[in-house]
Amino acid sequence: MSVGVGNRAALTWVVNISVIVLVAAWTLPTFGILVSSLRDKDQLAITGWWTSLTSSERNLPAQRAPAPAEAVQDGDVWVLSGELFEGEGGKASSFGISSRAPQAFEPGETTELRDGGMLTVDETGGYRIEYSKQPEGTRGQRIFVTGVEPPRFTFDNYRQVLFASGLAQSFINTLTVTIPATIIPILIAAYAAYALAWMEFPGRALLLAVIVGLLVVPLQMSLIPILKLYTDLDIGKSYIGIWLAHTGFGLPLAVYLLRNYMAGLPREIMESARVDGASDFDIFRKIILPLSFPALASFAIFQFLWVWNDLLVATVFLGNNEEQLVLTGRLRELLGSRGGNWEILTASAFVSIIVPICVFFGLQRYLVRGLLAGSVKGG
Amino acid sequence: MLTNEGGKAPSAQADKSVSTAASLHNPATEGGSWFRTLAYTVVIALGGIIVSAVIAVALYSLIATVLPDSQLLNATLVMVLGVAACFGYFWSTNKALDTIYPSRGDNATFNILRANEVRPWLFLGPAVVILGIYLVYPVFNSIWLSLHGPSGNEFIGLDNYVWLAGDTTFRESLLNNFLWLLVVPAMSTVFGLLAAALTDRIAWGNVAKSLIFMPMAISFIGASVIWKFIYDYRAAGDEQIGILNAIITWFGAEPQAWITLYPWNNFFLMVILIWIQTGFAMVILSAALRGIPEETVEAAVIDGANPLQIFFKIKLPQITGTIAVVWTTITILVLKVFDIVLAMTNGQWGSQVLANFMFDWMFRGLDFGRASVVALVIMVLVLPIMVLNIRQAQKDM
Repeated sequence: MSVGVGNRAALTWVVNISVIVLVAAWTLPTFGILVSSLRDKDQLAITGWWTSLTSSERNLPAQRAPAPAEAVQDGDVWVLSGELFEGEGGKASSFGISSRAPQAFEPGETTELRDGGMLTVDETGGYRIEYSKQPEGTRGQRIFVTGVEPPRFTFDNYRQVLFASGLAQSFINTLTVTIPATIIPILIAAYAAYALAWMEFPGRALLLAVIVGLLVVPLQMSLIPILKLYTDLDIGKSYIGIWLAHTGFGLPLAVYLLRNYMAGLPREIMESARVDGASDFDIFRKIILPLSFPALASFAIFQFLWVWNDLLVATVFLGNNEEQLVLTGRLRELLGSRGGNWEILTASAFVSIIVPICVFFGLQRYLVRGLLAGSVKGG
Repeated sequence: MLTNEGGKAPSAQADKSVSTAASLHNPATEGGSWFRTLAYTVVIALGGIIVSAVIAVALYSLIATVLPDSQLLNATLVMVLGVAACFGYFWSTNKALDTIYPSRGDNATFNILRANEVRPWLFLGPAVVILGIYLVYPVFNSIWLSLHGPSGNEFIGLDNYVWLAGDTTFRESLLNNFLWLLVVPAMSTVFGLLAAALTDRIAWGNVAKSLIFMPMAISFIGASVIWKFIYDYRAAGDEQIGILNAIITWFGAEPQAWITLYPWNNFFLMVILIWIQTGFAMVILSAALRGIPEETVEAAVIDGANPLQIFFKIKLPQITGTIAVVWTTITILVLKVFDIVLAMTNGQWGSQVLANFMFDWMFRGLDFGRASVVALVIMVLVLPIMVLNIRQAQKDM
C-alpha cells in the first residue's frame, strides 16, 4: 500500500510540473510582448527580452567631437571634452577612432589622433582631447564607444505609439465601432429568442433550424454581396454600415444563446403571470428580460470580444483613413510598414489587446457560461 | 395549422386562458383569414421598423446638431437611439396589434386568437429581416455573382469555375486548408483535454485555467504580432531576439527564417491558432469531465484501475460527444482563418489559405466573380457540419 502512496505523491508532482510547463507555454508569448514594449528601443533591438534584467553591451553609433577649432585653453594645453553616454548612465568597455577598429582601446588608454591630439575615454564615457598647441580645423574627431548599459525600462514606446503613430485615434475608432455593435443586437435577438422559446406558431421548428444553420455560415460569403448592396444604397464605407453588419453577423449566435437560456426558465413563472392578465409583451419585458441577464451578459462579452478583435469586417466595410482605421487594421498596417521596429509593434499590440484582456479577466464567469450554453447543449 | 384550429390550440397562451373559447370562432371567415394574418403581420412589422428607424434617424440629426463634435459621444448617442428604436418598434407594433384586435368587447376571444397568430412574427420581425439581408440573401447573391465577370455585371457562365479548377494557388490553398483542418482541431482538442484533465487535479487549477484560456481574448492580428516576435530572425552571428532562434542557436544550430520555410511555415502559423483555441477546448472539456457521474470512476478505482486507465477507459468514452462538438466548432473556425495568414505571410512562401485567397481576389484582384467562387467553396466545405449541427439541434429540442 505504501508503494501506492508514493506513486500518488510522484503523480502529484508530475501533474503540477506539467501544468506549470503548459501555463508557461501559454503565457510567455504575451509576457514577452509586455516586457519588450517597456524596454528601451535600442536595447530591444539587439538583445532578447529574456535578458532584459541584465546589462547589455553594445556599440553606440559613432559620435563626433566638436571641431578642433573650438578647443579651449586649459593651462598650457587646448582641450575638447564631453560625454558619450549623454547622462544616460552606463559603462564604457572599449573605444576606438575608426569604424574598422571600434574596440581598439581600453577605457583610460590614450591614443594619438591624426591631427596630433591625444584622446582619452574614461569608464563613465567622458572623453577628453588634449592638444599641445592651439588646433585648427572644422571637422570633429569621430569616436566609437562600446558601452555596457544597465537595463533600461521606459514608457517612451507607449508615448510614441499613442501620440505619434495615431494609435490613440484608432483606439477611439475601435470603441466607436464596438459600443453600438455590441448593444444593438441584444434587444433584437432577445425578442426573437423569446418568440422562439415560448410562443407557438407555424414554422417555428424550421426557423430554429435555419438559425442553427446560419451560425456557421462563413462571413466570407456575405462580404461582397453586402458591399455591393452598400454601394447601391449609397451607404458606402461608414460606421452605420459596420454597425449593421456586425449586428447581422452576431444575431444567429445571440438568438441561439438566448433561446436556449430562455427555454430553460421555469414555465410556472410565465403561466402565473398570464393568469394575472399579463400579455406576452409585458411578460417578456418585466419577467424574462431581467431573468435572462446572465445570458445577455454572456452574449455581450462574446460580441464585444469579437467586434473589438475583428479585422476582416472592418477592412471591408470601413475606410483606410485616420477617422476610420481601427486598432486591428492599424496593427496590420504597422506590421507591413514598421515590421522591424519591435518597440512600435510590441507597444501597439499591447494597447490593442489590453482592453479585451481586462474584459476577459473581469467577466470570465459569464464568458465560460456562454461558451458552455453555446456548445455543449446544441451545436 | 390554420384549418384545424378548432381542435388544436394555436399557442401556449390560448392553451391557458381561452382554450374552451376556440370553438366559438366563426368558420365563415376562415378562408380569407390566412391571407389577412399575413398582410397584417407584414404591414405592422415593416411599418414599425420603418417608423422607428425614421424617428431614430430624425432624432439623431436633431441631437447631432447641438452635440459637440466627438466621435465617441456620437457612437454612444447611436447606441442609445438604437436601443430606443428597438424598444419603440416592439412597443408600438404591440400597441398597433392590440388596437386592431382589442382583447375586450364582443369579439374578444376571436381577437386574442388572431393577435396571437401575428404577435410572434412581430417579435421576430427585425431579426428575420436582418438575418435575411446579411446572411441569407448573400448566399444566393454569391451564386449569381459567381456566374458573372469582375464587376458582377456581364454574364460569363461557368468561366470562373473553370478558372478555379485550373488555378495553382487555389490548389495550394485547398491543400493548406486541408492541413490546417487535420492539425489545428486535433492539437487544440488534445492540448485542451490535457489541460482540462491536469488542472482539475491540482489546487491552483483555476488560476492555471484562466491563464491558458487568456489567448482567447487576443485578436488574431495581436496574436500574429506576438508570434512573429517569437519567430523573429537575425542573420547567423548576430544575437537573436526571437526566442525560438535564440533557443536553437543556444543548442548550436543555425538560425532559421521560420515563416519562409516551406512547408514547415504552415505549421508555424497553425501553432498560433492552436495557442488561441486550446483554452476554448479546455473550458468545455473540463465542464464535460466534471459532469461524469462519480460512481463510474469510483467503481473503476475499486477494481484497481490506475489513473491513466481511468482517464482513457472510463472518462474519455463518456465525453466523446463533447469532444465532437469542440472538434467541429474549431473546424469551422479553421475554414474561416484569415487574419493570421494575412498578417504573417500574406500567402507567400506557399502558405496561402482559402479565406485569404478570397480576400486577395476581392481586394487586390478586384474580381467579385472569382472571389465569390472561392467564398462558395468555403461555404460548401462548411455545409456538412451545418447539416450535422441542425440534425443535432433538432434532436435536442
